[in-house]
Amino acid sequence: MATNFTIEGLKATIEGKEILKGINLEMKGGEIHAIMGPNGTGKSTLASALMGHPKYEVTDGSVTLNGEDVLEMGVDERARAGLFLAMQYPSEITGVTNSDFLRSAINARREEGNEISLIRFIRQMEAKMKELDMNPEFAHRYLNEGFSGGEKKRNEILQMMMIEPSIVILDEIDSGLDIDALKIVASGVNAMRSDDRGFLIITHYQRLLNYVKPDFVHVMMQGRIVKSGGPELAERLEAEGYDWVKEELGIEDETVGQEA
Amino acid sequence: MTTQTILPVNAEGLSALSKGSNEPAWLTENRLKALELAATLELPKLEKTRIERWDIQNYGSFKSVSPIASLAEAPESIRELIKDQEAGNLIIQRNSGTVYTKLSPELAAQGVIFTDLATAVKEHEDLVKAHLHTAVTADESSVAALHAALWNGGVFLYVPKNVEVSVPLQAVLLTDDEEATFAPHILVIADTNSSVTYVDNYVSGTSGKPVTHNGAVEVFAKSGAKVRFATIHQMGTNVTDISYRRAVIENDASMEWIVGEMNSGDTASDTYSILKGNGSTSDSKIIAVGSGSQKLNYTTRANHFGKSSESQMITRAVMREEAQAIINGITKIEKGATKSDGQQTEKVLMLSPKARGDANPILLIDEDDVKAGHAASVGQVNPEQIYYLMSRGISREVAESLIIYGFLAPVVSQIPLEGLRTQLQSVIEGKLGQ
Repeated sequence: MATNFTIEGLKATIEGKEILKGINLEMKGGEIHAIMGPNGTGKSTLASALMGHPKYEVTDGSVTLNGEDVLEMGVDERARAGLFLAMQYPSEITGVTNSDFLRSAINARREEGNEISLIRFIRQMEAKMKELDMNPEFAHRYLNEGFSGGEKKRNEILQMMMIEPSIVILDEIDSGLDIDALKIVASGVNAMRSDDRGFLIITHYQRLLNYVKPDFVHVMMQGRIVKSGGPELAERLEAEGYDWVKEELGIEDETVGQEA
Repeated sequence: MTTQTILPVNAEGLSALSKGSNEPAWLTENRLKALELAATLELPKLEKTRIERWDIQNYGSFKSVSPIASLAEAPESIRELIKDQEAGNLIIQRNSGTVYTKLSPELAAQGVIFTDLATAVKEHEDLVKAHLHTAVTADESSVAALHAALWNGGVFLYVPKNVEVSVPLQAVLLTDDEEATFAPHILVIADTNSSVTYVDNYVSGTSGKPVTHNGAVEVFAKSGAKVRFATIHQMGTNVTDISYRRAVIENDASMEWIVGEMNSGDTASDTYSILKGNGSTSDSKIIAVGSGSQKLNYTTRANHFGKSSESQMITRAVMREEAQAIINGITKIEKGATKSDGQQTEKVLMLSPKARGDANPILLIDEDDVKAGHAASVGQVNPEQIYYLMSRGISREVAESLIIYGFLAPVVSQIPLEGLRTQLQSVIEGKLGQ
């Protein structure tokens, strides 16, 4: 089935403060969308609201995945429906090994009695970790505990590769990565490109987009998508910054919900 | 306020019982003295716990038991615990007495003694007399005194000098008759440079009538000895468990406590290492799960007398439903115990708004040239962690149980016996209702 992910008029608040002020976006399988914008414009809030973070309250709009109402679903249901968010700040969980966690995530998608065999799981995990140039020891380490920033990001990509979601949201996956790690993460993303999988890449730098070519680029300011275009838009933003966009649109302060 | 202790037996009855069991005269006398003390002493003082309100008068009376010839005759309730133990070293106590004792001929030939304490007072009188009630003394409280007066069945383990026992010795202590006194006393003596691992389980039958377990453990680790003592208490809601565990650790000896507090009834326990010798070490791991409306008071202590002695105490407790736990860690370093190092950590994870946990780390240091440290934390399951796990498709229930097991795992995974680790895992699962 062709993947279709549609966001219409999405508004969300945190602690009563409106951060998303009506987001519209349509993504199809095979497409890569990039959302760019300066800090504080609501990009990460969009990612969290889509995944269902309990701190954010959606006040208006709709989100559908292949016609199904995503906003009606719990966080785990959204994930099982095909949504995946690579987080900017993944939690550290003591006592839960990376491999136990991932196996639980995979088995959550399978019927009881049809769990993935341990040996098959280990082989898959080892193979993917090798692709990401991760130390095999990380399989047995506690989830994200003591991982460096770059290791956490790679671990997010590892989860994406193992879970094989249909809509992938990458929230600032490039922040804190050196160029080698960035290339590895990008090649992981590229390896996952397929006709039935859509990507939403949230970033404020162009550099990841040098390695993962987006089909569409959107600029977010003041909790809205204020400009959309093709890959050339990202290049111009990289070269000239965001000021010309603000000027063009008559925006003085691009941020949203920040205390003055 | 003085709380009058109601004695479950009078001196005449106790004396007749002791004599009827052909106990040596000194023991009969000990018991009678202890009974007198019980009438005059106060209940033990437990931090933030009003034990005088607990249901701790259900001693029943001594009832003799019939031994079983083979494990096939063992009660259903303990079958799982003694599976494949036909050839193993095993003691089973049921209510007031021992019903099964087995020690391999190889260990017996090396001079290892593993028998019930009631038998040992007759057959190994000198050894028992020199140690019994010298670590946990009858004059400490009315509870300790009553134990000294009433103890029955029990375990006596002696490992001679330089003997290293490689297989764990096991005991199962079962209460399934609320009319019978259940007060086992465990006495372990590891002689110079010996080593041994002892593992026991406290279980109860299906009866719903209230039972008080008043138990004591005394361990003597002589110079250079290594003792590993593991105990899992998994008695039902009807049993109130008061357990005193104490080890006296001589020069260069080491003591390891592994305690699984998995009861479903109210529990007060005190696990205490006395680091008497220079270079002595103690390591205590307490893993606890509380549920229902349990009231729990767990104390772990290390008292350093010897120079360069080291103690480590870790408690991890998960409290669900309306369980309330007071968790005390007391590290005391005496003047003169130079170069000693005492460390402790207590962590409580609460799973419901009505569950309560209170961690009280206490350091009492009378010597300057030492190291000591403590850490304590009490908290709820972190909602960010739940969100993270759920964002990968894991249901809330599974996410919570991963976090709970994860909380206990760093301690459980340190348990050096695989069988015990597996057993503890499954008891934990049972307690967490999964």
